[in-house]
Amino acid sequence: MGRRAAIVGVGQTYHTSKRKDVNGQELISEAVKRALDNAVLGLRDIDAIVIGNMDHFEGINCVDGWSVDGWGAFRRPIMKVTTGGSTGGTLGSCAYHHVASGLFDVVMAIGWEKNSESDTQAAISTCADPILERDFFGGAIGPNAAQYAMYMKRYGATQEDAALVTVRDHNNALKNPHAHLRKFITVQDVMNSPMLCWPIKLLDSCPRSDGACAVIYASEDKAPKIADRPAWVHATAVSHDCVYFGDYDWETMPTLEATVSRVYKRAGITDPLKEIDVMELYLPFSTCGVAWMDHMWFCDRGEAPKLVRKGVFDMDGELPLNPSGGVLATNPIGATALIRIGEAALQVMGKAEDRQVPNVNTAMATAFGSCYWFEATILRSTKP
Amino acid sequence: MKNISTGSEGELLEMSSGGAEHVYRWYCGHYISKFLIGLRDRKTILGIKCSHCGRVYVPPREVCGRCYRTMDKWVDLGTEGSIYAFTVVKLPYIDPNTGKSIKVPRTDIYVKLDGADTCLMHWLDETDEKKITVGARVRAIFKESRRGTIHDIECFTQI
Repeated sequence: MGRRAAIVGVGQTYHTSKRKDVNGQELISEAVKRALDNAVLGLRDIDAIVIGNMDHFEGINCVDGWSVDGWGAFRRPIMKVTTGGSTGGTLGSCAYHHVASGLFDVVMAIGWEKNSESDTQAAISTCADPILERDFFGGAIGPNAAQYAMYMKRYGATQEDAALVTVRDHNNALKNPHAHLRKFITVQDVMNSPMLCWPIKLLDSCPRSDGACAVIYASEDKAPKIADRPAWVHATAVSHDCVYFGDYDWETMPTLEATVSRVYKRAGITDPLKEIDVMELYLPFSTCGVAWMDHMWFCDRGEAPKLVRKGVFDMDGELPLNPSGGVLATNPIGATALIRIGEAALQVMGKAEDRQVPNVNTAMATAFGSCYWFEATILRSTKP
Repeated sequence: MKNISTGSEGELLEMSSGGAEHVYRWYCGHYISKFLIGLRDRKTILGIKCSHCGRVYVPPREVCGRCYRTMDKWVDLGTEGSIYAFTVVKLPYIDPNTGKSIKVPRTDIYVKLDGADTCLMHWLDETDEKKITVGARVRAIFKESRRGTIHDIECFTQI
């Protein structure tokens, strides 16, 4: 293990479907200023910066060049990382690694996206192999819809089970002033919404948002001087495994299992339902909020629908998921997973305002991207 | 340039990339070329087996990711298998290869070919989800005129 590190500041923009009032650089700057304000730091206090997005959404490559002034990176040590939807998770890990290495004391991670600038489904489709798979891919929705078709057949789960996840996350978002979609909905609203890729309907799906998020990591010496209650990083992990979408084993979800197993073990967690107080999970579709729960040490395979129906993951349940409203309410893709880490940190820091879960000591955030890649971070109020 | 002014903020502009056309050329390599030629000339689907772990991959590729071994045992998988998963796409979106909207409804399937450990992605000729079953047997239908692409298979059909 490297040096100890903690999150000490979080900032995010006003997220909506089209930020026509700002260009990419101005959008990034908005999140950076808010993160610095949140940590009560100036740019001179930041030693290094990592940034990421998915270039193909804007069609402008090299964000680490053209937007450098907007993130205060003028002549500073910087690094760009991009891993598809999981970019924000990778950014968090990268900033943590920078601090843990001992080379930098205070490091800022920035994730951003202007999804409004292109056709999201078309841009996402470019991550599928163009010779063999792209024509059969169905954008981001296709593989997740196919997985749930299989899950329903195997375990008797229903479209209504998935709708319960949408209702939970959307209605949580009502208390989050940063959420893009804030409208009270019911299971019936979900069931009546237009079918996109059977069995995923409009309200089962994440929106496409414009937005940015910045999260500041600090070393053991610096963190307590910056924040009263820093969110200490106890573990991060990443797992990617396949070349083609057709390779992935949706029955065992090996990348999700490997990722959560690694962070649980590193943080000494054996029963996450009891030992983790809140999670911000990258659930891009409501169906993932059912099928993926089988692979996170919550229950045996096929048991997740029962937990969802019992409200185990509701705000007043045993393990509240996505108090922010999650990805189903807000999805500026390159920022989405970093927002999960930022929201988990705010919960640990006691700064989550109306969406605060009481007495949070341990929180987890996940990221999901591309060919079923997963990442996770565990944060605690106490040092590792 | 288009004015997208939203009132109180004054005049704001938006610029479109125009009717851009940017053609890529993707080189298929030895493994995918052989796979595509198998479709074109023999109307069969080729996979490749790892001699270390025994997994059979389709599409074929050079390296087994689990073992990091180069693979050279080609397997003729024929044309039949079963539906591992599927979705019926009803939302049209822009096909990034053509710049035109895709035709919907369209059924994307993940086929577990007999003898393979991974799935081949393709289309099914049925777009009513009530008439499609996970696990159903399917067979590839080949085009009369084939030119060495994945679309030498027209689609799969339930048998």
